[in-house]
Amino acid sequence: MDVDLMLRVYPFFLEAAWVTIQLSVLTALLGLACGSLGAAARLSRFALARFLGAAYVSVFRGTPALIQLFILYFGGPQVGIQLDAFEAGVIGLGVNVGAYMTETIRGAIISIEKGQREAARTLGLSRWQAMRNVILPQAARMMVRPLGVNLNMLIKSTALVAAISVIELTYTAQRYIGSTYKPFEMFLLAGVLYMIIIYATGRGVAWLDRKVRIV
Amino acid sequence: MGLDFTVIPGYLDIVLLGGLWTVGITVAAALLSFFGGVVFAVIALYAPWIIRQPFRLIEWVFMGTPLLLQLFLIYFGLVQIGIDLPAFVAGVIGLGLHFAVYNSELIQTAILSVDKGQMEAARTVGLSRVQALRKVVVPQAVRAVIPPIGNNMIALLKDSALVSVIGVSELTLSAQRAIGATYRPFEFYLLAAALYYVINLCMEAVQRRIERRIAISR
Repeated sequence: MDVDLMLRVYPFFLEAAWVTIQLSVLTALLGLACGSLGAAARLSRFALARFLGAAYVSVFRGTPALIQLFILYFGGPQVGIQLDAFEAGVIGLGVNVGAYMTETIRGAIISIEKGQREAARTLGLSRWQAMRNVILPQAARMMVRPLGVNLNMLIKSTALVAAISVIELTYTAQRYIGSTYKPFEMFLLAGVLYMIIIYATGRGVAWLDRKVRIV
Repeated sequence: MGLDFTVIPGYLDIVLLGGLWTVGITVAAALLSFFGGVVFAVIALYAPWIIRQPFRLIEWVFMGTPLLLQLFLIYFGLVQIGIDLPAFVAGVIGLGLHFAVYNSELIQTAILSVDKGQMEAARTVGLSRVQALRKVVVPQAVRAVIPPIGNNMIALLKDSALVSVIGVSELTLSAQRAIGATYRPFEFYLLAAALYYVINLCMEAVQRRIERRIAISR
């Protein structure tokens, strides 16, 4: 193992890890927004909204995220969408993970017992009030853990943007593997940083879950 | 530049051939991930401490790092220690091992959920521990775990697009070849996405059939 080399290149990996973190945070926020909209559509009273929500989930979960990213980044200019690689990465991955989060959020909402909604409606709350004041506060607590699983998956999938040349961790590892022919050392550097990010995120999710849990 | 889907027929054969390779890679990696998952699960649950611990470390690394990075390591790393695998083989090994770890998690839970009396009964009628595992406990556990493993296999199909990055001529790379010749990324990536979607629907249909068969025989 070439420790000297690792000591020489690790600052570049730290910089790259920072890019991975930025990508993850922005993607997670966009994913949550898309997931909330998607879940609202799938649970809507209107058949058209339900259909659109279901189609969104089916198409974006049914095709590889890499291809979605390529369509957006390489195909986008053909239909007038010009994005730089970082923007395309955030939007492509965010919309993709949003499809998974749609199902997570929807699952949490429908897991709340029906009697809760009926009771709220009986007390005179409107459909929206019942959702906002009774169902969602309970559902939000249920969805912390499964959203954490989505988040874990998302962090690893940020590696895909290496394929559109965003200089994040995997791209950096790949570049240094190519120039130094030391794959194990580079994998170790990048791998450890990924695991730190994922471990810290996991701890954060567990903390939040404990904090909001009622029972 | 606009869209022009009339360029597709000229390159359809290349892309469809890539689709066949994607199916082949998916099937090969799925088999590896299934049997690998069973072996990993048995090791994680029953092997002595000295074997179990390194395995847990490997599992942890596989689950904590991106598949793409693992593929780079397997493809370029094995060359460094003198093993020059064809990209296809490296891709199947990378995908297969990655998903074996996820399958192993499911199978471990399932093995633990098989009633303890089953093992005890098997031991009472004279089977050794290994025989009891192989013939009584694992077969029951595997059946319980087929639906969630099916979901993993569908994820595997989508992740097989990543092996294009190490140069396996599957669907994604074939689409890229056609794009290299035509400069029409939108059309051909959309075509690739549609083919992935079709393969995905087929796998879901197979999964439903298997699930129904299990449900009846229960």
